[in-house]
Amino acid sequence: MVAGPEGSDRPERFLPMRNAAADPEYPGLPNTRTDPETGERIEELRFGDTFFVFDSKERLALHRDMTGRDEEPVVIYHSHTQTYSEAYPSAIDVESALEPNAHYVIVGTKDPVRHELRSFRILDGVVTEEEIDVVESYMFAHTGADDVPDKD
Amino acid sequence: MATVSIPTILRTHTGGEKTVEAKGATVAEIISDLDANHSGIAGRLVNDGKLHRFVNIYVDDEDVRFSGGLEAPVKESSTVTILPAVAGG
Repeated sequence: MVAGPEGSDRPERFLPMRNAAADPEYPGLPNTRTDPETGERIEELRFGDTFFVFDSKERLALHRDMTGRDEEPVVIYHSHTQTYSEAYPSAIDVESALEPNAHYVIVGTKDPVRHELRSFRILDGVVTEEEIDVVESYMFAHTGADDVPDKD
Repeated sequence: MATVSIPTILRTHTGGEKTVEAKGATVAEIISDLDANHSGIAGRLVNDGKLHRFVNIYVDDEDVRFSGGLEAPVKESSTVTILPAVAGG
């Protein structure tokens, strides 16, 4: 996640997140469930599908930290690594996109030499791709903030 | 009354308010009370009798997935925090 000042639309502070889905015991993972009769773990997604979820305790701590700094999530990104997958929001990406002000960025790494980098807005289940503007300084960016450009 | 912290995406239901109050002894009752005062909010939190899988609800900093889900107890003085999970695949 990359946070920025609330309302600024500027991603400024990088926040790495631990994927709790690496722990198969993490409750509520959509890719596994337990059969109530046999107690057996059943995979719901096909082999090779991947899923990530930020640990919920860490999510709360991050939320408190960001709120204290008057920040909000500006960019939420992850990678699509499978050879069959595009750098485009999957159904599960759309279902879980619940930060209305965030830009959802996907890095496609199926090509080991050239990655894809694409950004999307996801609102009420509707995906809209947007251009990514790479700038050296936000002084020259159209970030939507009305304040004076940075002096440093 | 418990204090409920509302995430950005649900503030359209609360007139923009970031925190509201609600009464109830369980998460289910809190959601029901929220819905009575902020119509439509329950539908964003519960599907088919289960909590939305990508919404985290915390009662006093404890994710209710680990403490009873919809039946997790809520005290008079509890703080309830609703947050979107960060997830995907």
